[in-house]
Amino acid sequence: MPLTVQKIEEGTVIDHITAGAGTKVLQMLSSSYPISKMCALIINAPSRKLGKKDIVKIEGVFLEEKTVNKISLVAPQATVNIIRQGKVSGKQKVSLPPVLSGVVKCPNPKCITNLERAETCFLQMQDGQLRCKHCERVFKPSELA
Amino acid sequence: MGVRDLISIRDLGKKDIESFLSEASRMEKLLTKPKHLLSGKIIASMFFEASTRTNMSFQTAAKRLGGKLLTFYPSISSAAKGESLADTIRMMDGYVDAIVLRHPYEGAARFAADLAEHPVINAGDGGNQHPTQTLIDLYTIKKLKGKIQGLKVTLMGDLKHARAMRSLLYGLSMFGAEVALASPPSLAMDQDIISEVKSKFGAEPVQSQKAELKDCDVLYVCRIQKERFPDQYEAEKMQRDFRVDLELLSHADESMAILHPLPKVDEIPPEVDSDPRAKYFEQAKNGVPVRMAVLNKCINGR
Repeated sequence: MPLTVQKIEEGTVIDHITAGAGTKVLQMLSSSYPISKMCALIINAPSRKLGKKDIVKIEGVFLEEKTVNKISLVAPQATVNIIRQGKVSGKQKVSLPPVLSGVVKCPNPKCITNLERAETCFLQMQDGQLRCKHCERVFKPSELA
Repeated sequence: MGVRDLISIRDLGKKDIESFLSEASRMEKLLTKPKHLLSGKIIASMFFEASTRTNMSFQTAAKRLGGKLLTFYPSISSAAKGESLADTIRMMDGYVDAIVLRHPYEGAARFAADLAEHPVINAGDGGNQHPTQTLIDLYTIKKLKGKIQGLKVTLMGDLKHARAMRSLLYGLSMFGAEVALASPPSLAMDQDIISEVKSKFGAEPVQSQKAELKDCDVLYVCRIQKERFPDQYEAEKMQRDFRVDLELLSHADESMAILHPLPKVDEIPPEVDSDPRAKYFEQAKNGVPVRMAVLNKCINGR
């Protein structure tokens, strides 16, 4: 029997999350927004496009661009659906921006941004990896999440 | 040219580097004649980490151009009381016309340059960049060999930890040298930088565990940093395999140049110093005209 999860009225559905990355996405959300209303995490849902996928449904939360950028680090194929009055009122595919400013910390402990109060900045390179503007180290998107 | 800060070799195009090198050559010719290109200018020398050559040659370069120096001592300044680098830089920026900065944290110079209105020159930021060293290396190679393109250059030693080697590979690849990388497997050059020079410049650095010196034009050696090894015996064994001694040099051409960023310890024994191929002291000497060129270009924009 297929698993059914209750619809949400006002909020966000993040669909097509890379299977296995759903918990990480939920963690990112909970660090940016208080989760006080209904929230569902569906893991390994069948997907024609991806084989299987994770889905997050969250009532009462609408994502800022910064959070969408952060999600793109772990779930590059995700789509963000905005739900108003129980219906999809907007749809956005996440994408990694060319410059990622002030979204995540630099994983290099010797980077100056981990000593001083400095906004981190990562520049996307041709191969999809990201270079820290400060320490110039290169990271895979998932290493920054 | 558009350079005002000098932070990373990655910020420089071929034209920028050529312009620094020709300016350095002009400075070298004028070395002992009094010049006033920086008269009335005050340059802050801020070294948060030990340095001999970089510090001394920057100071010499500033003095040769008639500039005055303000030396910052972290151990007897408010940095010792926990003042942030940001506050220290903002304050210093209010006093001087340019800041020469060495700091153990990577990206410190970029961070300082974003805060300061005056030019910031990176004199080494942790394991990241040391752009004036790269300019000195390229200047020395060009001066000795007349060109960089097509030269066979071997980089040997600890290619993983030495920032000089990574930046030099970048600079040599930009100018079309054929680079060979010789190191123990555990101290090999990071793949990131190899992929970068391949995709940016079409370079094809060859990696091996032994330096092949036949037909080599330049052998660039760096120290195996023993302090990074938990097992000192292992470190010494690696050092023995990557030592430039007279035996190894007997396989090399008479015209090959040996370079080293210094300080050298036992990777080059003292008897090699008198070999005509040893050019590392000349390389260190080139630090002065190259840094004169950097100061003049960054401060006066010429």
